[in-house]
Amino acid sequence: MSFVTALRCRECAREYPVEALNVCDFCFGPLEVAYDYHAVARATSRRRIEDGPLTIWRYKDLLPVDDDNAVDIHAGYTPLMKANNLGKVLGLDNLYLKNDSVNPSFSFKDRVVSVAATKALEFGFDTLSCASTGNLACSVAAHAARAGMKSVVFIPSNLEAGKVIGAAIYGPTIMAIDGGYDEVNRLCSEIADSYHWAFVNINMRPFYAEGSKTLGLEVAEQLGWRFPAHCVVPVASGALLSKIRKGFGEMVDVGLMEGPVPTRMYAAQAVGCSPVVDAFNAGEEMVMPVRPNSIAKSLAIGNPADGIYAIQTMKQSGGAAHGVQEEEVAEGMKLLAETEGIFTETAGGVVISALKNLVKRGLIGKDELTVAFITGNGLKTQEVISDVAQPLTIKPTMKDFEAALNGQTPVRR
Amino acid sequence: MGVMVRVPTPLRRLTNNQDKVEVEASTIGEFIESMESDYPGFKERVMDESGQLRYFVNIYLNGEDVRFLQGVDTATQSGDEISIVPAVAGG
Repeated sequence: MSFVTALRCRECAREYPVEALNVCDFCFGPLEVAYDYHAVARATSRRRIEDGPLTIWRYKDLLPVDDDNAVDIHAGYTPLMKANNLGKVLGLDNLYLKNDSVNPSFSFKDRVVSVAATKALEFGFDTLSCASTGNLACSVAAHAARAGMKSVVFIPSNLEAGKVIGAAIYGPTIMAIDGGYDEVNRLCSEIADSYHWAFVNINMRPFYAEGSKTLGLEVAEQLGWRFPAHCVVPVASGALLSKIRKGFGEMVDVGLMEGPVPTRMYAAQAVGCSPVVDAFNAGEEMVMPVRPNSIAKSLAIGNPADGIYAIQTMKQSGGAAHGVQEEEVAEGMKLLAETEGIFTETAGGVVISALKNLVKRGLIGKDELTVAFITGNGLKTQEVISDVAQPLTIKPTMKDFEAALNGQTPVRR
Repeated sequence: MGVMVRVPTPLRRLTNNQDKVEVEASTIGEFIESMESDYPGFKERVMDESGQLRYFVNIYLNGEDVRFLQGVDTATQSGDEISIVPAVAGG
């Protein structure tokens, strides 16, 4: 059994039973999972976690799931790598990359969906669904396949081919909506009101969101039970940034770590859709919606539901926000690939370029332990860097080979 | 004929479980007042103490977020469709 006591409104603290609910009836605030942290503290330990499975389920004591049989395609426990080459370019001696692009469906969304799908089965749903900018659709379809559930996923019609195929292969029904993510979301909210489906990011959202915090738990564990000084995180809805920090806080609450948490949280967005960064930099507490026009489609949420919490988290932690130029997105992808051998999608390019800028702005010191979160895989967004593919096409002869190697155009015979 | 309103689950207790209702209104602001008079308690659910739309409430007129229009001053016409949608996580 889990240590969950209730669902609680983040705004007005009204409590609700543990059901497929996501919105406070009174103030429309988001519902979050409430735990009995004293009970978790008695049960959990570093040793118990270290002996657990090499997935997010090693943190089960802090996840809102009762069933022992998780819907599990092995999300989580992804590599945390010291990045000396990239660090050298950026002027950082203590840089780490959390490479979540190597999850089973190739993004961090497997963490949230594994939790949401498990909970959906517990609640007796037979259909798993979502509104998605792409990665979530891939993960929902994959977990539904594993769980033997039906899946219906909703995406904007202009997504990258890698994300559409990366979802379609698992056999879901895909609805491609003529509009952006915010319109997909609105439609799905209305559908979720009429159809008894488990929409992972709507009626399952309180449980789904908890999966994100495993990124924080995992990074601290992989650092040898240390907190980083800085975390640079891509922001779309804003949930991930807050939940990573929440994970750190819970480690203190349940006695896994000593407080206070020293980590500063930084948001990375591309300027074609940067409502959270813009609000933070203008000193606003609220986020005004924008109409996205960015090549970083996985971050193109113009009306970010958790934007205000991302802003609060940055402020409280002493962090900051950076909006990278659109042309810096592909540059960041290439820099990461060429220095560290990691091929990330556009969101990762946004993070690397934002990190570069944050260092330039003097916000991140050379020796300070910094973690950049790489949340999605480059094979899904090949369109934006297709210019890198310029193979030297030659005839199978030594002469042509050597001519090409020496930078000469092979002689055509 | 007035404007057609899609009512989200959290508000259906106010509307006797109706998922669609119709009210007379020529602006979004009037729509909120009309809903309050037909379904008392509606206004405090969607607006905070200072009379601003609550952050987690999105109101759409014919599919367009009213914050991209003129907010509560946005004009409405007979036959328009208004959706009230709670904010949703992503993505």
